[in-house]
Amino acid sequence: MQDSHAAAAHHPAFQHHFETMEQQREASTLGMWLFLITEILFFGGMFTVYLVYRNWYFASFAAGSLTLDLTLGAFNTVVLIGSSLTMALAVHSAETGQRNLLVAFLLLTILLGATFLGVKAVEYSHKFEEHHVPGPSFRFGSEELRHFHEEATALRSTQIHGVELGEVQLFFSLYFAMTGMHALHMVIGIGVLSVLAWKSRRGVYSPEYFAPVEYAGLYWHFVDIVWIFLFPLLYLITRHVGVHP
Amino acid sequence: MSTAVATAPESIHRRRHYLNADYGIRSWLFTTDHKRIALLYLFSITFFFALGGLFAVLIRLELLTPAGDLMTSDTYNKVFTMHGIMMVFFFLIPSVPATLGNFLIPMMIGARDLAFPKLNLASWYLFMAGGVFALYSVVTGGIDTGWTFYTPFSTTYSNTKVIPAALGILIAGFSSIFTGLNFIVTVHRMRAPGLTWFRLPLFVWANYAASLIMVLGTPVLAITIILVFLERAFHIGIFDPRLGGDPILFQHLFWFYSHPAVYIMILPSMGVMSELISAFSRKRVFGYSFVAFSSVAIAVFGFLVWGHHMFVSGQSVYAAMVFSILSYLVAIPSAVKVFNWTATLYKGSVSYQTPMLYAFGFLGLFTIGGLTGLFLAALGVDVHVTDTYFVVAHFHYIMVGGVIMGYLGGLHFWWPKITGRLYPEGWAKLSALVVFLGFNLTFFPQFVLGYLGMPRRYHAYPEEFQVLNVMSSAGASILGVGYLLPLFYLLWSMRYGPEAGPNPFDARGLEWQTASPPPTHNFEQVPIVQEEAYAYHAAQEVPVAG
Repeated sequence: MQDSHAAAAHHPAFQHHFETMEQQREASTLGMWLFLITEILFFGGMFTVYLVYRNWYFASFAAGSLTLDLTLGAFNTVVLIGSSLTMALAVHSAETGQRNLLVAFLLLTILLGATFLGVKAVEYSHKFEEHHVPGPSFRFGSEELRHFHEEATALRSTQIHGVELGEVQLFFSLYFAMTGMHALHMVIGIGVLSVLAWKSRRGVYSPEYFAPVEYAGLYWHFVDIVWIFLFPLLYLITRHVGVHP
Repeated sequence: MSTAVATAPESIHRRRHYLNADYGIRSWLFTTDHKRIALLYLFSITFFFALGGLFAVLIRLELLTPAGDLMTSDTYNKVFTMHGIMMVFFFLIPSVPATLGNFLIPMMIGARDLAFPKLNLASWYLFMAGGVFALYSVVTGGIDTGWTFYTPFSTTYSNTKVIPAALGILIAGFSSIFTGLNFIVTVHRMRAPGLTWFRLPLFVWANYAASLIMVLGTPVLAITIILVFLERAFHIGIFDPRLGGDPILFQHLFWFYSHPAVYIMILPSMGVMSELISAFSRKRVFGYSFVAFSSVAIAVFGFLVWGHHMFVSGQSVYAAMVFSILSYLVAIPSAVKVFNWTATLYKGSVSYQTPMLYAFGFLGLFTIGGLTGLFLAALGVDVHVTDTYFVVAHFHYIMVGGVIMGYLGGLHFWWPKITGRLYPEGWAKLSALVVFLGFNLTFFPQFVLGYLGMPRRYHAYPEEFQVLNVMSSAGASILGVGYLLPLFYLLWSMRYGPEAGPNPFDARGLEWQTASPPPTHNFEQVPIVQEEAYAYHAAQEVPVAG
């Protein structure tokens, strides 16, 4: 026991209060997964709110959702799934000790993440132009309503009535709160990945020690998964208009 | 319990230990030693407790007379809000886990430190940052929403410092999440060889269960507070009915955390109880595994009962019925604990030292608080006493009575381990007695007041309630003396108390096998555990004649 402690002590990343490198790795892996569970519950609160109001104010939410840009949303989904792939490849490169590939994949992931945020910024600016931002200047005019009615009629939906301004505003409140919180997580993720890329270039990580890359990967995948739920909830909701009796 | 032999008694001054391993303010502010961080928490929590107590004094002074003559109703609203925020978020929730838990959990499982020492220090800084935000809201005008922040008052109508106070709680919440995460990982991965799950001290089990609640509940509070912040700052309508939102939804989200939070407060105290009752009756805790699992059961049930806070707020009758039944269920694991502690005392060789007096105090207060909880879980009775002093008395008995008794009892029990010195036993016994009497005189009349119909949160009341209110205020001043006594004699003992030696109470946990105060890495050699927890030998029991 004391021997293994001494044997592991030579590695620069080994912390004195652990017995072995293996124990240290297990502890930090468990810690990271627990942290991700807290993140699920963190977003879970907002998903609960969304679920309740979507149920109550279905028509208004459908009307609000129709104004979102499906093409940009779908493009961003593909970008984000792509970034998950490059992140997974980065972890694999770290595992196999390919330093240059690791740096390249980390930079590629950062690039894809930045692309996502750029597209998100374009979407947000559209919302501002169209006065779809909740607040005193919020507008949801006859143009949007007509569009909604056309879509709903085409889908032979009976739920074309009952669109209330306050409820539509609520949809956009949740849109900004949920995508904003998601974007904040992306920004933090890009910051973490930048530090990792810099450290990787200096050769900090090796097949013996690449835990930070692995955990950043878990975090990045988690943020992607949140978007995988946000995209259908916010953008595709209108596809259900016709299904309701 | 292990092969590690305690070092021979040697003067505290000559031996190196965690307190004299390093000197200067920097060595404390940048420490990653869990024992030093526990002391940082001890000092800051004592400060927040004193502040919360000051607000309590103002409340009891105002209620001495029926007329609202000491302060305006607005000021009174701010005073009871700050009393609630300080006490709940900055004393009751962190008290036992952040101080005793931080100090003891690594030692009890034979580890050198918590799994993430830097995260532990970061938790303390987050806690202090949260406290600074809350204090900022006090000095810049206060907040009048009540500690529950009910919407839409908090998001739209209140003209006070809601945002800094809410941010303070948000930040302190992250401190709680990280502490819980650290404890869970430590208990899973850092146990000494031979220390199986069912050899763990029950204090560790209780803190483990409380940590689960911290990790699973606090993020929901965090997002709820963020939504309140967004609504207040940008007028987005998630909880405001004028904008399509629903204030009841806020209450669901808020109580989803804040009811389990009661168990974050009480579970670690229950863990202290198991240690004290076992040590001072020199017996293994009766039904060890039942007591261990009841902690986890309380944590699980705790998440299913939030709706009993909303019996009269407009949720459906059927939801209320379900929540009523589920609320009764929490009584089962709670009663398992109380009965098992009582059974532990039976035919034990009980010694009435200070920590044990606090343990008896806990049993009394917790039983009263728990039984009145059944009244409140019953739908019909709850409608009668909702938002009266009956509720105030009930949650003070459970939360404050439970936590204070566990906290002070635990602090006395492990004080020789923390400081290496003994406290004056006579004064300590007196303090336990004064706290118990003062507490009951303060809060028992409030049950009667509430039953008679005095509403909570009013700064004036009809004259017929005055006698009971005067009793309560008198009790509060006695209680205050009971809190001040330990402050003085414990500080005195740090310098003048006789040296304690490694195990002054002849207790069994791993923490007693190392020197007092312990060295920085807790153990000279990592212990190997070969015995069950609480292995008190039959020879130590006093034979009962007849």
